[in-house]
Amino acid sequence: MKSLLDSEFSDSNIVIARADDLLNWARLSSLWQLSFGLACCAIEMMATSASHYDFDRFGVMPRPTPRQSDVIIISGTVTLKMALRIKRLYEQMPDPKYIISMGSCANCGGPYWEHGYHVLKGVDRVIPVDVYVPGCPPRPEALLEGLLKLQEKIRNESLRTKKSA
Amino acid sequence: MKEAQEIFDILKEKFGESVIEINTETPVEPIITVHPLKIHEIGEFLRTNEDLYFDSLMNLSGVDDANGEKVKDDQEFDTISGGTLSVYYHLHSVKHNHKITLKVSTGREKPEVESVESVWKCADWHEREAYDMFGIIFLNHPDLRRILMPYDWEEGSYPLRKDYKNPEFYKGMKVPY
Repeated sequence: MKSLLDSEFSDSNIVIARADDLLNWARLSSLWQLSFGLACCAIEMMATSASHYDFDRFGVMPRPTPRQSDVIIISGTVTLKMALRIKRLYEQMPDPKYIISMGSCANCGGPYWEHGYHVLKGVDRVIPVDVYVPGCPPRPEALLEGLLKLQEKIRNESLRTKKSA
Repeated sequence: MKEAQEIFDILKEKFGESVIEINTETPVEPIITVHPLKIHEIGEFLRTNEDLYFDSLMNLSGVDDANGEKVKDDQEFDTISGGTLSVYYHLHSVKHNHKITLKVSTGREKPEVESVESVWKCADWHEREAYDMFGIIFLNHPDLRRILMPYDWEEGSYPLRKDYKNPEFYKGMKVPY
């Protein structure tokens, strides 16, 4: 869906938009991600950030602190020890905040689902996930697709309804 | 450079009963079994003796031999009673370029082994790992606490033991799938 602000205006300096559209457009176009990687998925995430796939063309750039971040990509195996830290990082992010769960481990435990005594079987057991990206690890294209899905989700948000995630 | 049999003979002569046996039937390297409460003394000798000079502890690992009797606990869960836990030491001498593997076995109910931390400094974290995963107590270790699992992980719960049972919850998080 193309929003009002994505169309071209040549004959006027005034743009009239709904507050919803304006905010959503601003939010989805500059999703600053928390600079945070967990395991092998983080390597793919870094590749996605690098010049070839160029996350920055979608307005995604890493921030070193959760207080300046909009999205956290859970890129890798979530151990029970790390789960507590992830929860704390997530709580430090300002609203509105989004979560992409990247890869099988973060989605559901992945190969550790049965004998991983140290692994949390899905990061959604501690924080609410917006988009799940499958793969082991997902290719950069898959992560980009996940990001586009998240943008789509944000585009349809409204100020009148509370984010339900 | 010395062969495993020569090293065994030297140890046997010096420590007598504390050096139990040599197994040369192993696929890779012969294994010398020694007494768990003499490993520090033997390690110190292997480390300092000019002809042996094992200055490098390449690896130290715990093993659950699972050779005890299989019994059901009150919740019908398989546990192992009796038998042994073992610790393996892989030594290398950079000076003489020879290797040897040491093994100690200790009772599962009260697994106590002397620490070799004061002989090879790197044994510190290796022993903590063996303690963390198998519950082997290293006597005279300066800082024996869990290293990989959380510090407040269930007391007496050691994940790599063959009869390990995962807890249902850790800090409110469900552990099983």
